[in-house]
Amino acid sequence: MNTAVGVVLPELRILVTPTFVISTAVATRDFQDVHHDRDQAVRRGSRDIFLNILTTNGLVQRYVTDWAGAGAMVRNVAVRLGTPCYAYDTLVLTGQVTEASSEGCTVAVVGRAGGGDHVTGQVQVGRIQ
Amino acid sequence: MGGGIIVAAERIRAAGAGPPRRARDPVNLPMIRNWLEAMGDDNPVYERTGVAPPAMTQVWTMRGLHPAAEPADPLSAMSAVLDRAGFTSVVATNCEQTYHRYLRHGEQVEVRSRLLDVSGPKRTALGEGWFVTTDSTWYVGEEAVASMTFRILKFRPSSPPTVSDAAAPPVPAVAPEAGPAAVAPDVLRPVVTRDTAFFWAGTAAGELRLQRCGGCGALRHPPGPACPRCGADRRDHVVARGTGEVFSFVVHHHPPVPGRRLPIVVALVELTEGVRMVGEIPGADPAQVRIGAAVQVDFVRVDAELTLPAWRLLP
Repeated sequence: MNTAVGVVLPELRILVTPTFVISTAVATRDFQDVHHDRDQAVRRGSRDIFLNILTTNGLVQRYVTDWAGAGAMVRNVAVRLGTPCYAYDTLVLTGQVTEASSEGCTVAVVGRAGGGDHVTGQVQVGRIQ
Repeated sequence: MGGGIIVAAERIRAAGAGPPRRARDPVNLPMIRNWLEAMGDDNPVYERTGVAPPAMTQVWTMRGLHPAAEPADPLSAMSAVLDRAGFTSVVATNCEQTYHRYLRHGEQVEVRSRLLDVSGPKRTALGEGWFVTTDSTWYVGEEAVASMTFRILKFRPSSPPTVSDAAAPPVPAVAPEAGPAAVAPDVLRPVVTRDTAFFWAGTAAGELRLQRCGGCGALRHPPGPACPRCGADRRDHVVARGTGEVFSFVVHHHPPVPGRRLPIVVALVELTEGVRMVGEIPGADPAQVRIGAAVQVDFVRVDAELTLPAWRLLP
């Protein structure tokens, strides 16, 4: 695994179906109606149901460990949330190594959805075994 | 009001960490499998070595479908203060989680949270609001296993424009502290030309003015330099009665509109005088709007320079 600064991670595209939004909301035990009830989400001014934060965190982590492998230890995930990621959006995750040492590396991650940047953040992974 | 919020925030902050919230279940494989399957994460390490995905840390202590009130929880307490002050909407803006180690199957976790910082009021694209930052730590027994800094924006949504009765003086839709002469930012403005200036002068005066051809007398809207029927370029105007019916309408859910809370209903109204005009029906329940519904004009004062005509459903 090449963790040199500047290495670009392979892009991950996720088709955010209603099933994906709802199953991840339930799997993260987040029962806010805007994540599973389209009528309520629209009443609250949203276009559709949208991903919850715990899922965004999980996807950012998954994106980096998919690349770094089973031996990577995730130490820190810091995300800034932008536009919502709605059902029927395609979430496109991209990343690049920004820091590297013998201890591990830091990956900058951007997740773009239909309306713009859904998430920008950094993941620190520890020594890759 | 801002002072009261700051005092309450300081009191909640000084009280320190709230009571621990214990996870409903120990860290367990069925929940991990559900999570991995939903996320599409096929990393074998979790099953092979008996650890939980680190991003699941918060999942263990989520409050469930029917959460009990937690008045002693610092975030709940601060949210209640802001709700009472009218900052009722919430959106998460930042989340940083640090994992000291991975959780293992069978471990019982609990979380304690404290209020770190409250700052505001700040004007944001969503409306005026306060940023609330909390700090949470997850424990197994006495051992801190993970921590999180979480920031939310509690905001007062940009409200639909205030609709005044046509007979009453227009009510400013801008925040009172902005002052009567202020110009509201973030509002899409019409282009006022020599052809249309009479119309906007009319709305400011509480009149709905319709252009009339100086040649054939036909009424027309939107205003223009020449009559599409006879070609005459002489014109004047009449004041409409301000009544009509919905000829057609759309409900706009997306994309966002500056200064507006969605959804909004935009109607094509056929005036009693026979011309058609587009306008919002502010505050309308989309389910209540129908073609043929009788409407009455209102004038929504946006600021010192702009007053918009809008429509109100008649019973």
